[in-house]
Amino acid sequence: MLIKTNRGISSSEITDAKLFLERRRLIRIAIGSAIGTLGAGLAAHAAPGAPKAFEKVRKSDYSLQEEPTDYDYITQYNNFYEFGTSKEAPAVLSQGLKTRPWSVVIEGEVEKPGVYDLEEIILSQVLEERIYRLRCVEAWSMVVPWVGFPLGQWLKQFNPTSRAKFVEFVTLFDPDQMPGQRRAVLDWPYVEGLRIDEAMHPLTIMVVGLYGKLLPNQNGAPLRLVVPWKYGFKSIKSIVKIRLIEQMPKTAWNKSAPNEYGFFANVNPNVDHPRWSQKRERVIGSGLFTPKRDTELFNGYAEQVAHLYAGMDLRKFY
Amino acid sequence: MIRIKRGGWRFVKLIVFSISLLPLGSIVFDAVHHNLGANPIQMLQYRTGDWALRFLLITLALTPLKMLFGMVFQMRYRRMMGLFAFFYASLHLTVYVGLDQSFSWAHIMEDIPKSPYIVVGLSAFLLLIPLALTSTRRMIQRLGRNWQRLHRLIYASALLAVVHFFWLVKADLREPAIYAGVLAFLLGVRVVHACRKVEVRRRKPEYRNQKSEDRILISNT
Ligand code: HEM
Repeated sequence: MLIKTNRGISSSEITDAKLFLERRRLIRIAIGSAIGTLGAGLAAHAAPGAPKAFEKVRKSDYSLQEEPTDYDYITQYNNFYEFGTSKEAPAVLSQGLKTRPWSVVIEGEVEKPGVYDLEEIILSQVLEERIYRLRCVEAWSMVVPWVGFPLGQWLKQFNPTSRAKFVEFVTLFDPDQMPGQRRAVLDWPYVEGLRIDEAMHPLTIMVVGLYGKLLPNQNGAPLRLVVPWKYGFKSIKSIVKIRLIEQMPKTAWNKSAPNEYGFFANVNPNVDHPRWSQKRERVIGSGLFTPKRDTELFNGYAEQVAHLYAGMDLRKFY
Repeated sequence: MIRIKRGGWRFVKLIVFSISLLPLGSIVFDAVHHNLGANPIQMLQYRTGDWALRFLLITLALTPLKMLFGMVFQMRYRRMMGLFAFFYASLHLTVYVGLDQSFSWAHIMEDIPKSPYIVVGLSAFLLLIPLALTSTRRMIQRLGRNWQRLHRLIYASALLAVVHFFWLVKADLREPAIYAGVLAFLLGVRVVHACRKVEVRRRKPEYRNQKSEDRILISNT
């Protein structure tokens, strides 16, 4: 019997044949799409150089066996304050965001800091579809088929040092492109963070696509984080910088209202928001007469992540 | 100045009544056409809440029009506007109880204590109930001077409604701040007006005779 094991070799060193072929295929898609775009005279909405749809996306055992929420709902009901505070504004106001070329700064406690081009990042990764439940702190949820890759496996490529205890993520700050940033609703730029073990957890992913296609701007294009067992605001969008650091980062919502939004923000039906109950959630896409569903501890991912918080008082570290 | 006869006023009243029903019509239209977005229950909650608050403010804007510009024709719609505020607030409450909480008494009793803004909204609504019940001509006559006292509860209700709004938003206070500004202005006009009246009265005692005239004007409306 053949048992696959990666133990001993860091996953970044492995390039199996399948992965290699996949990269080549993706490069071909990317080139094809770039040519197509040029041929079409640079269509207004197309992101030049980026594949409009991902051809080969691996299925994942981490996916929910549930019908995803309608694409239209996922892309028209967004909390993305950089483009306005209503749910409807981001779908409209984000269309001007230029997502290619895009690069990400990796810095801090890593041996290989640098500025990395997004297209190369995507080509270096095996893309997976992950169907996750997204639970917003506002007590609603959706089921979203993301396309992305595990954050941990990617971060390892930069060789984090032993002092890397936390990961800080920063969103683009550009009030010209992000009109919501012209008002100080939050302390811009948006910052989020994870403890290093949370960042390395296989459920934590970097997302570049939705429903097999390129991630729409209003959903956090071109690169966002998704941490399915935490409230949605942890899953920061349009990331331009990732810092590995020793101290717990100061995150945007936590700075805005520390008693309401903690650093951990784990989904927990037993710890209410100071102003509303977290016991149940409205399922987006359900009918007018459908009752809310019961919210699950760690958003249903307790089996995979509860051990990260063993011995911690979840009421105190909300 | 245009003169409108009795039947004419009835016609104007019908128009005002119909216009006040337009928000409901638009909400129902959107509901029937599945045009309430990804979270229709929340949208219904928002739109009924917005209109309840707007009609409260419209009701409170009628007297300042008289105080500031001497206009009186609008005073005859005070009751109707107040009742529409109550009507939209009732729909708002119904959306919460029936759609958001699916008529589950257990869930409601669990939900309300956890949401201070709902407690405040509920208080705003409860204060409107006695006002709606005593809005008939018979009750106005029966309660006499106490009717006016009782109906000052609308100030408290409007204040609570604005607090309700402030308390439920996450970070963007702009919208409730606009409503708060309008309410502050409408109440401010009354305060200034009352102060001035006291002043005038103190200076010349004969002014007291005016008081009864005032009262007639108000109860006429
Ligand atoms: C006079 C009484 C009331 C007025 C004027 C009022 C007004 C409002 C307004 C203006 C909003 C915000 C709408 C928006 O964001 O556009 C709102 C939201 C809301 N109100 Fe009320 N309200 C009243 C009473 C109540 C009552 C009695 C309840 C429930 C028992 C209630 C529950 C809610 C809920 C659940 C929301 C939505 C919160 C959210 O989803 O974020 N309100 N209300």
